[in-house]
Amino acid sequence: MSGKPRLTYLNGRGRMESIRWLLAAAGVEFEEIFLETREQYEKIIKDGSLMFQQVPLVEIDGMKMVQTRAILSYIAGKYNLYGKDLKERALIDMYVEGITDLMQMILMFPFSPPEAKEKNLDSIKERATNRYFPVFEKVLKQHGQDFLVGNKFSWADVQLIEAILAVEEKVPAVLSGFPQLQVFKIRMSNMPTIKKFLQPGSPRKPPPDEHYVETVLKIFRK
Amino acid sequence: MAGKPKLHYSNGRGKMESIRWLLATAGVEFEEQFIEKKEDLEKLRNDGYLLFQQVPMVEIDGMKMVQARAIGSYIAAKYNLYGKDLKERAWIDMYVEGTTDLMGMIMLLPFQPADTKEKNLALIIERATTRYFPVYEKALKDHGQDYLVGNKLSWADIHLLEAILMAEECKPDILSAFPLLQAFKGRTSNIPTIKKFLQPGSQRKPPIDEKGVAMVKKIYDI
Repeated sequence: MSGKPRLTYLNGRGRMESIRWLLAAAGVEFEEIFLETREQYEKIIKDGSLMFQQVPLVEIDGMKMVQTRAILSYIAGKYNLYGKDLKERALIDMYVEGITDLMQMILMFPFSPPEAKEKNLDSIKERATNRYFPVFEKVLKQHGQDFLVGNKFSWADVQLIEAILAVEEKVPAVLSGFPQLQVFKIRMSNMPTIKKFLQPGSPRKPPPDEHYVETVLKIFRK
Repeated sequence: MAGKPKLHYSNGRGKMESIRWLLATAGVEFEEQFIEKKEDLEKLRNDGYLLFQQVPMVEIDGMKMVQARAIGSYIAAKYNLYGKDLKERAWIDMYVEGTTDLMGMIMLLPFQPADTKEKNLALIIERATTRYFPVYEKALKDHGQDYLVGNKLSWADIHLLEAILMAEECKPDILSAFPLLQAFKGRTSNIPTIKKFLQPGSQRKPPIDEKGVAMVKKIYDI
């Protein structure tokens, strides 16, 4: 038994990617099991590994954890990425939840029907530019610090850099009105653990393609 | 000045109800300011009160907190309803995420097209009885204690009771195969603060009616 966390999911981003980011940012090595067939999925349901019959599943510290937010909160707490007190945790939670709403739009995008894709892309751009990025631009501007909360690297920073890169893949110039976020992006990308995660050969997964969408539909029968 | 928490939402359950449950169970008195028309929401937005332009928003301890999960986590931790350590918190989070998914389905029902209602209701009942309730029934059976986590009342228990009552509104005998959940429901409903919240005249909100659906659609542009 290696003692490393073990992730079970498809070989793609989906709801597991934020967990990969957080573990990587914390410098924690992990193993991955990739679901490739419906039978594999049914097997882990049958053997009782999945509390609510769903993945992501992360085996960590003797627990079979499910539910993305629960897993992320645990990792953040364990690796001191959750602020120094209840109020800092509240801020981190608020920021993460907001970013998650934006990421949810990106998560669902590959599954939208072709005729809805343009509209959905516009929505992502609109929400990023008018609702979410202005908040973090303002936070960074107001306190002038390198990190979003408590002058210390936290889960909120990891979630934000992930979101920035994900939106940029779809809307390349999205940061053009956000100078603080541009600097933040460079700063975060250069943090040693994140820099390593952004290099080829890391556990980071590529953007979803048609094959990934097919695999999701096949395994989860959406 | 500490003051009472102040809740900003429409006069209905929605995403605020779980927060009302938590505060009430913790014995915390709170005020409510109801959004009744679009202009009320616009005013909150224009005054800069809503971090991501959305409600729920709760004024508490000098913060204007948004994002229901962030608010729930803060209240749970503040009032010792979040377990004694990181692992207990992980279990509570997993359980709460499960009941959140179930209640999320139920909350959407009145907003779905009339011709899908029967199918969606059937799915809710199926999920409740085959995916969610068995988990909590088993948890109680395995440790034989009164509460889900750590032999102590936590957010997980409050959320489960709320989910049970909501599911029973969909199908009154939905707990028929879950004897331990029936006992749990009886026991937890009799906790003094919860008992008080379940009585007429409390701040608990009724299920949404047609008029409420129309108002919500108008206010939030759905």
